[in-house]
Parts: sequence; C-alpha cells; structure tokens
Amino acid sequence: MTVAERTIVQSDLGIVQTKYFSIPRLSLENGEGLDSVTIAYETYGQLDEDRANAILVLHAFSGDAHAAGWHEGDKDPGWWNALIGPGKAFDTDKYFVICSNVLGGCKGSTGPSSIDPKTGRRYALDFPQITIGDMVECQRHLVDHLGIERLLSVVGGSMGGMQALSWLVKYPDRVRSAIPIATAAKHSPQQIAFNEAGRQAIMADPDWKSGNYYDSNPPAKGLSVARMIGHITFMSDVSMAEKFGRQKKTNLPETKFRADFEVEGYLRYRGDSFVRRFDANSYLYITKAMDLFDAFDGKPIQAAFGNVSAKVLVIAFKSDWLYPAYQSQEIVRACKMSGVETSYCEVHSTYGHDAFLLEVDEETHLIGHFLKKVFNEYEVTGGYGL
Amino acid sequence: MGYETIRLDHQIISEWVVSGATVLDLGCGNGDLLYVLIKQKSARGHGLEINEQEIYKCVAKGLNVLHGDIEKGLSDYKDRSFDYVILNQSLQQIRSVDAVIKDALRVGKKVIVGFPNFAYYRSRVQIFFDGKTPVNESLPYQWYETPNLHFFSISDFLEYCRTKKIHIERQAFLNRTGQIYLLPNVFAETGLFLISSKVAI
Repeated sequence: MTVAERTIVQSDLGIVQTKYFSIPRLSLENGEGLDSVTIAYETYGQLDEDRANAILVLHAFSGDAHAAGWHEGDKDPGWWNALIGPGKAFDTDKYFVICSNVLGGCKGSTGPSSIDPKTGRRYALDFPQITIGDMVECQRHLVDHLGIERLLSVVGGSMGGMQALSWLVKYPDRVRSAIPIATAAKHSPQQIAFNEAGRQAIMADPDWKSGNYYDSNPPAKGLSVARMIGHITFMSDVSMAEKFGRQKKTNLPETKFRADFEVEGYLRYRGDSFVRRFDANSYLYITKAMDLFDAFDGKPIQAAFGNVSAKVLVIAFKSDWLYPAYQSQEIVRACKMSGVETSYCEVHSTYGHDAFLLEVDEETHLIGHFLKKVFNEYEVTGGYGL
Repeated sequence: MGYETIRLDHQIISEWVVSGATVLDLGCGNGDLLYVLIKQKSARGHGLEINEQEIYKCVAKGLNVLHGDIEKGLSDYKDRSFDYVILNQSLQQIRSVDAVIKDALRVGKKVIVGFPNFAYYRSRVQIFFDGKTPVNESLPYQWYETPNLHFFSISDFLEYCRTKKIHIERQAFLNRTGQIYLLPNVFAETGLFLISSKVAI
C-alpha cells in the first residue's frame, strides 16, 4: 500500500466519539448487585430498518470502546481500525458496529477505580468480583437500549473471544453468528499462571496498599512488570527475534542492569506507558474474570453448545502460544458435537498472540465472506418470511 | 458464481447424492464439489481440509469448512451423523486408509470414494517401457514431490471391499473424455464408488 492510499483508508471513519449508557441496577453472576453502572461505548455505521445489521465487537484484556476511527487530536486510530470501516471486514457501509468497554475496566465503564455511589469513594477492592458473563450482561443491556433484538454477529479476539462464547451460551437466541478469535473456552493452568504472576507483581508493589492507592502514587512498578510479562506472552520467539534480534541500545547510562538490549527497552517502554493508561485494580479484577471463565460451565464438551443455533467462525494463529490453536480446536469440537454450523481456520502467522490485531488480510477475507453469508441468508429468509 | 463447467466426477457424485442430504466432504480442497452439492442438491454440511489456502477459497464460496487433518477429525462425530461422507481424491493422501474408511462408514450412512487408478494403461506403459514412476493426467506429480502416499488400482479397491465386506452400491469409471465401460482397471483414470457397510446398524 502506498502512502497516498494509506491516507485515504485512514480518513475513512474520521472523528468518532465515545458515548455513555447507564444501567440503574446490575445483577451479577455471584448474586451481588451493582448500582448506577456506566458503560462506555462507540458505534460506527447505521442501524438498518430491520435492525438486523448490528455487530458487537468485543475488546481484549486492555482494550476499550474505541475500536475504530479517530478521537479528536489523537495520532493513532482505534485498536481494530484496520478491520472496521467503509469497505473493510466489518463494512460500516453495510453494518452497524458497536464496541463497549468491559465492566471492571478503566476506560469509561464502571470498574474498581469508579466512585461507589454508596460511599462516595472509589470502590478499590470493595468492587465485587465480576465475571466474563457479567461483562456480557452489561452488553446485553446496551444492545437492548439500542433497540436490537438479534445481533448479526458477536466477535472478538482473546478475552473478546471469551465474551463472544459467553454470548453464545447465555443468549443463543440473540446472536446469528459468533467469531471467537485466538481464544479459549477456558484458561489452561499456564494461562492462569501468567495472570497470577502479573497479579502478584502488582500486589507486591508497596504502592498498591491493598488497592487503596487512588489518593497517592499508583503501584507503577508492579503494574509495569505485570504488563511486561503480558507482552512477552503476546509475541512469538520468531517475532521477537525479527523485531529486536540481539540489538543493543545506544546512549546507555553508566549503571548496572540497565536496558542493554532493544527488547529490554521495549518491555520497559511498554510497561511504563501501560501504567499511564491502565488501572492496577482493573488488571487484577479482569485477569481474574478471565481465569474463572469456563464457556462449557463444567458441562461435558458434547453438551456445551446444545442450544446454539448461530453460525460460528473460529480463527486461531499458528505461532500463538498464549492461546494455542488446540484451544480453538476444542471450541470447534464442541460446535461439531452440537451440530453447530462452523468454519475454522488456523492462520499461518509468526506474530504470536498479537496476530489477531496484525493479520489484517487473512482476517478481512475470512470475516468479510463469513459475515456476508450470514447477512445474506437473513435477507433471503426475511424476504420470504414477509 | 459462474460454474459453467462442472468436473465430471463432481457431476456423477451429485447425481448419486439424494436431495437435501447432509454431507461431510473429507479433503474438500477448494470446495467446488461441496458447492455443486449445495447448489444442485440443496445439500447441507461441511468440508474438512488441511491446506490453509484452500480454506480461504471455501470461505469465499460461503461454505462451512474446518481446517484440519482427516485422520484426527473423524472421531468427534457420532455414528451415522451424515447421509454421505465423501473422500474424493483424498484417500490416496491419507496414511491410515483402512482406519479412515472404517470411521467414514461409521459416521456416514454411505461413503463416496474417488481415487486415481494406478493401473491406468498409461501408467502401466510408463512403468513397463520407461521403467519410471508414472506421471500422467491421473497421477500428475513427480515421485519426489507427490502428496500421494498410496498407489492403488480399481481392482485393488474392489478386492479391499470384498475382503472387508463393504457393500458397493454404485460405481463409475472415468477419464478425461467421459465414462469408461470397458476394462475400467485399464482405461479409467479415476474410480468412483458409493459404498456402505454391509452390517445393518
């Protein structure tokens, strides 16, 4: 792509804005409730007359509602701008795309850093342990609010894929299709272990103060180390070698254990910049929600998707060792055993888990054609039905 | 989508398949056969294919396709969960042929098998006179790059079915120009069989 073409593509959705929606009382899966829950969301494209073209995009662990387009003054677009826009995989000329920040997050939706209406202080650890299902429940409220009975698709990578699976199980009648990408029906001990190491890094930081750090310094060191661990797991051996090699940094300070190598500098930079945009308590709550998630809900695999009538497209990436392809294949097996119409592709990629944000061409092809099929079948049956 | 010319083997398979049938196409390639069956016979079902690039072609045709290995993918299906399981031009590339056919006969009420006939006369001529591994319309690969693991003939397959007590319901033999009725094990490039298990389930 030439620079000129890139400029045209990037001007596609233009400036977008985050909107806010409020749920007076949210019932949680653990039996508790939350009052005055705010959900930040964005929408792109137009809802059609039948309200049949809505796609809910679900973000990954540290993502937000800003999936595409630009915020005023920002130099980078939303996190999945490569796939959402006119003529893209999620074609906003055809579809109405919704993305909201998850419950427990820190990007506009209610989370541990929000003010507890009961006390007037930040929740911190008084925030209840939320689940992936609770996140979905908030999205269900939002979809109701937007007047959408049935979503054309629910789609997301990593933790977004878990939410897509949760939608399938919780609300099988409200989704026509689901696209879980680079995800798992449940975390393996290895995935739980990486999350636990991140949580321990945060809680070991003296600035964490059992979560009550909002009036002082945040646990920056702990959160930064947690994020470094994350970034290691997002890349592959090959992609790290290609990106950094054993390249040494220049202009190094005369100190011991400085960041000699590019990769060390990269991790420190990623860790530090994460601290500026993410809340440590949100990190704890959301990673825990992921670890506790089980799309099969303890059921045997052949019974897991018994009520599902949606079409499913599962995508995995070859070099992803954080969410290895065997976990996607387990989702496919569950679909197969329940007779769910399923397609599965294991995309060749060297990017590791990050591939779901980077393998744009392959995803555009698979998602674009898949959505077209699901959407057109609706148009055909809808037409005959009338 | 314009499919003016349908491959002869696909056309014959389509004639064999009952309208509205459920099908599982093992080694579905670019999905042409599955597409024909859906269009002509309102079939439902999906393909299984190991080659990633073929997956993209199938998805572009609107087909359901799973990326995976035939030899690992069959055990998940319940007995008789499809009207037809199809193994067209894929059997010769499978390591454990016997196990796959057995499992296909379990999963499908009927199984359709199509394969290149190794005893095709041009192959015989090439082996006998040139003393070389045959390369021709039916076996287009050089010995050092062929994906084929097994080289068997129509007569081999007939004997296999006799030995394993597999019932042959229909058969067809083809080459480039059409169907072959005389000495198929000599003149046919391809053998097509509709088989089922003799034991009533």
